[in-house]
Amino acid sequence: MRRRRREPGVPVPLLVPAVLAVAFLLLPLAGLVVRAPWGELGPQLTSPAVGQALRLSLVSATAATGLSLVLGVPLAWVLARSTARGRSVLRALVTVPLVLPPVVGGVALFLVLGRQGILGSWLDGTFGVTIPFTTTAVVIAETFVAMPFLVISVEGALRAADARFEDAAATLGADRWTTFRRVTLPLVAPGIAAGAVLCWARALGEFGATITFAGNFPGTTQTMPLAVYLALQQDPEAAIVLSLVLLVVSVATLLLLRDRWLSRAVR
Amino acid sequence: MSLAADVRVGRGPLTVELGIEVADGEVLAVLGPNGAGKSTLLRVLAGLLPPDDGRVTVGQETWDDVDAGVHVPAHGRRLGMVFQDHLLFPHLSVTDNVAFGLRTRGVRKPAARRAARDWLARVGIAELADRRPGRLSGGQAQRAALARALVGDPALLLLDEPLSALDARTRLTVRAELRRHLAEYAGSTVLVTHDPVDAMALADRVVVVEEGRVVQAGTPADVSRHPRTDYVARLVGLALLPGTGEGTTVRLDGGGRVAVAEESAGEVFVAVRPESVALYPARPEGSPRNVWSLRLVSATPHGSTVRCELDGEVPLLADVTGAAYAELGLAPGTPVWASVKASEIAVYAR
Repeated sequence: MRRRRREPGVPVPLLVPAVLAVAFLLLPLAGLVVRAPWGELGPQLTSPAVGQALRLSLVSATAATGLSLVLGVPLAWVLARSTARGRSVLRALVTVPLVLPPVVGGVALFLVLGRQGILGSWLDGTFGVTIPFTTTAVVIAETFVAMPFLVISVEGALRAADARFEDAAATLGADRWTTFRRVTLPLVAPGIAAGAVLCWARALGEFGATITFAGNFPGTTQTMPLAVYLALQQDPEAAIVLSLVLLVVSVATLLLLRDRWLSRAVR
Repeated sequence: MSLAADVRVGRGPLTVELGIEVADGEVLAVLGPNGAGKSTLLRVLAGLLPPDDGRVTVGQETWDDVDAGVHVPAHGRRLGMVFQDHLLFPHLSVTDNVAFGLRTRGVRKPAARRAARDWLARVGIAELADRRPGRLSGGQAQRAALARALVGDPALLLLDEPLSALDARTRLTVRAELRRHLAEYAGSTVLVTHDPVDAMALADRVVVVEEGRVVQAGTPADVSRHPRTDYVARLVGLALLPGTGEGTTVRLDGGGRVAVAEESAGEVFVAVRPESVALYPARPEGSPRNVWSLRLVSATPHGSTVRCELDGEVPLLADVTGAAYAELGLAPGTPVWASVKASEIAVYAR
């Protein structure tokens, strides 16, 4: 049972800033909706440039989420379950991209995977593969920025899950890999789903690392946020339309999160 | 298949150093207070915790031998384990929970499910096969957990406080069923519990563990009759009387009748706690249904009370205060009247 507040109502010193905060957060979004050129919405939305950017955004964010799941879930398991030393250091390092300015991430990626980069020059020399300024670069930049969200979320879910279920599985003859697949993974599925949605939303909005590492080429690397930025300088109305689309996608993601998983995963 | 274990394992400030042997078909109860190292022992036997020193063998197989560098991990041991709060996997149906151990050991799905359903029928919950564990009552879940542990025909069965999460009434029925399944089970069983009644009712032998060491071992009757430490005395300080249930009366095997609150039938145990026995110099007034004329056999100080061993129609233990003991003018051989409320007597199937 939740304890009731002793007094109803909110003290004025808290109420006023709280109302201001809500206004501060919601007014810009309201402005976006008000200023939207509703009459031209149809033609704007169906213009090939918008479609191209939206498609690229969705594809690359989904690919980045997939890559984050494949690499991030095992990493989260290691952070949550391994007893090896240096785990806390590892966790700190892994979460650096969370606080790092994305532009810095883009520069770092460029230095490693660029043509002159440590890995990049080898890839170029051996396989003739160039990563920067391609759609692959977009996916890599987005994964770099978004994967920590997934790792943190899944690690939290793993820690909250009762590890004794894994003991029970072991006494039933399941080795650690079988236990992971058949017991741990289903138990933390809501946490993984929540993490994946967060990761996807972050990847969808990624700007700094993408423009630094992948550039801004329509059709290959120009995602929605880049298109918005570019449009704002040339065609503000288009920028508003593109922003509206991103707003709708974000709100839809939030609703999906709250209704389906957030209430269960984040307790 | 018999189990022999002699292990040492440090757990924080406590060093658990225990040696036990359990024959085929035998049930050993490890009885002790919380934090005595009982669960640690069970985790070592299960292979979930490698011992610091010692050996664990089951039949011809060596599961742990620290000197020889042998440690078979839990999933390589042919054992079944029942946990206090059942730990059924919440995302699997009851059938798939029971079939889990067979599937991991390579049995094909249809065969594993068939075997699981057979076991669910044996523990009496066949009709719940398709449910999720979240929709089972405590007793039903514990039955499913027992089926899950036994379905793979393990060499060793480990029971970790299997009844303590159940309410009193469910506990009685599940305990009686568990007793029946343990009697049919051919391998060795180690039961960890802090409840002397579980130990008395289920085990062939009891070891009492305190602070990581065995302080007493013997048959349940032995241990309860001759406690060697204060803890054991308090723990098993109850008169346990075998009898036959006849509605709300129990006819005792040793003669005499006891009125009880709950109806029972067939072979039962009647357990009377010494503190619920009241003593009188003359026949008490009113009409309590359990009144016996007894004789004092011996009296020993027991904490702040005096424990009186009584004999006569019904052998009982009674705890009275020092003042009451003096007031009654008791001495060995003194006749005394004893009464116990029917509602304070536990009765459970043998």
